[in-house]
Amino acid sequence: MPVRELTYVEAINEGLREEMRRDDRVIVFGEEVAASGGVYKVTKDLLKEFGPKRVLDTPISEIAILGAAIGAALGGLRPVAELMFFDFAGIAFDQLVNHAAKMRFMSGGQVKLPMVVRTQYSLGRAYGSQHTQFLAASFLQAPGLKIVAPATPWDAKGLIKSSIRDDDPVLFVECGSLYVNKTYYGYKGPVSEEEYLIPIGRADVKRKGDDVTIVAVSRTVSEAMAAAEQLADKGINAEVVDLRTIMPMDYESIIASVKKTNRLIVAEDSVKTGGISAEVASYICEYAFEYLEAPIIRLNSPPMPAPQSVELERKYLVTADKIVSAAIRLVE
Amino acid sequence: MSSRQQLLLSRDKLLTMLRKMIEIRMFEERVERLYREGHIQGPTHLYIGQEGVAVGVIEALEEDDVVISTYRGHGHGIARGVPMKAILGEILGKSIGTCKGLGGSMHAPISAERNIPLATAIVGSGIPIAVGVGLAFKYRERQNVAVVFFGDGAVNTGAFHEALNLAAVWKLPVLFVCENNLYAMSTPIKSVLASESISARAASYRITTFTVLGNDVLEVYETTSRALERIRAGNGPAFIECCTYRYRGHGGYDVSTWYRPKEEVEEWLRRDPIDMLVERMKSSGMLTDEEKKKIEDDIARQLDSIVEEVLKSPVYDYEKLSSLIYASPV
Repeated sequence: MPVRELTYVEAINEGLREEMRRDDRVIVFGEEVAASGGVYKVTKDLLKEFGPKRVLDTPISEIAILGAAIGAALGGLRPVAELMFFDFAGIAFDQLVNHAAKMRFMSGGQVKLPMVVRTQYSLGRAYGSQHTQFLAASFLQAPGLKIVAPATPWDAKGLIKSSIRDDDPVLFVECGSLYVNKTYYGYKGPVSEEEYLIPIGRADVKRKGDDVTIVAVSRTVSEAMAAAEQLADKGINAEVVDLRTIMPMDYESIIASVKKTNRLIVAEDSVKTGGISAEVASYICEYAFEYLEAPIIRLNSPPMPAPQSVELERKYLVTADKIVSAAIRLVE
Repeated sequence: MSSRQQLLLSRDKLLTMLRKMIEIRMFEERVERLYREGHIQGPTHLYIGQEGVAVGVIEALEEDDVVISTYRGHGHGIARGVPMKAILGEILGKSIGTCKGLGGSMHAPISAERNIPLATAIVGSGIPIAVGVGLAFKYRERQNVAVVFFGDGAVNTGAFHEALNLAAVWKLPVLFVCENNLYAMSTPIKSVLASESISARAASYRITTFTVLGNDVLEVYETTSRALERIRAGNGPAFIECCTYRYRGHGGYDVSTWYRPKEEVEEWLRRDPIDMLVERMKSSGMLTDEEKKKIEDDIARQLDSIVEEVLKSPVYDYEKLSSLIYASPV
């Protein structure tokens, strides 16, 4: 496939655009998405191409944005609603958890909700406690939702397209650091010129290795890839497994990697208590314990709100250096 | 209520409305009995007393309009033509229920076939969802309306305000129907409403607003028809506050005598929605006592056989539940 380099933002924008061209049931709405093209330009020029009927700015009303997405899906559309920051999901928690996630089940399968809620978390950008949190783990308690969190332009485009075509509500979690931080592996990357889809529910081995498995998702995939480079210099071959989909989780791919490496690090941006890493680690302990030759190491932010100060936030983050030290400890 | 309005409706239409109101009343009385006998577990909110609202509004709708209901929704379902057997089956948690018994009483009216995609158990939450249905109708250039029922308690939720504002800003075809039965659980609405009235609050969003006696099914019907006409003409949303009364407590557990004055209850009983319609039909020669009795006997027989069948019907297979979480499982 012919490829060219796109940024993470451009890749999502292109995915949205292609799906809107393909299917006129796809509409986009949220705060600042239309006239301004989005705070991070992910919806740039969609208004120009598709007009105000399909690309709509909303008031600052997260409950109504999510409710309108659910209703529009019930009404036969395939809405893509935006929550500007993941932290704002709390305002619309009822719509996401009690309605989007449960409506199909509690109606005995009578209704379906083909809808996407795009959001992003900005940990690593010094946005402070209320504008940085990676809340995906909270929504693991909402079966009925699908949760997707791409870490590269390639995956982001393929997954936004799959999410829009999916018949279930998808929480599509973008990474604010990948919007802006050029040092990240996932900031810019190859994207096919030909159409492709990435299936929801499949993890991806981003780098092969035999010595230790590093499970990562979203921003920490970039940290894990950087760590793997450093580890290779020390003669340690790390395998990086990018979850890509957080729910339903691709446990099989994690187990397949652990069978090979017998060592597991889970590095992700939830706070440690009850995070995604807690789920992965307990699953592996329960179902694949016999393949482990060392205890699992979870690398997360500590269970406290994110500090704003750049220097303090840097300490709070899961970084490549922390992953490298953990891997050395495990292998030794 | 003037006789002029009665003349607008045929005897057949009035009989349909009367029959539905009696069906709701008698159905709910059976539910109450089944609850007392221990056949029903979990929350059960009865619609008795408010029949004029469900029937008056829903009889004015088109088949393909969408209705969003609530946990006090058995009456909405019956008025919309959802089979009583499926609603009762749902209330008793049986496989023949509307939602295979997975929803229970609070979601019992849900029927994709009858265009009731949601009955919510979270106060106020259905209102923004109706706005989304309206958005889809407008986008698809359909003449349909999304109708959402909610109680007086819902007007104090954030969802209410966000939804009314958005519907008004986007001029969406949504009909908001507030069933003001004066109490949010046991809290008198007057004690928790800072606005002059519920209607005044809705009107502050520059939404066309009507206030009617919800117990007068003909007034509800006529007002709904007028509101729908305005909405279908592209004028944006409308709001109807229906003043009514629930005869029973909030839920099956609730003995409402401690918070509702006897005089107030008696005053509302004198304005019973079924009696009001019966009197009007009788005085214009459209109904006799025998005819009314025949309707009641007919419904009673129907309910007897429904109850018998539902009681002995099975629950859904637990092993199959996980197949109902996702429409496209991974």
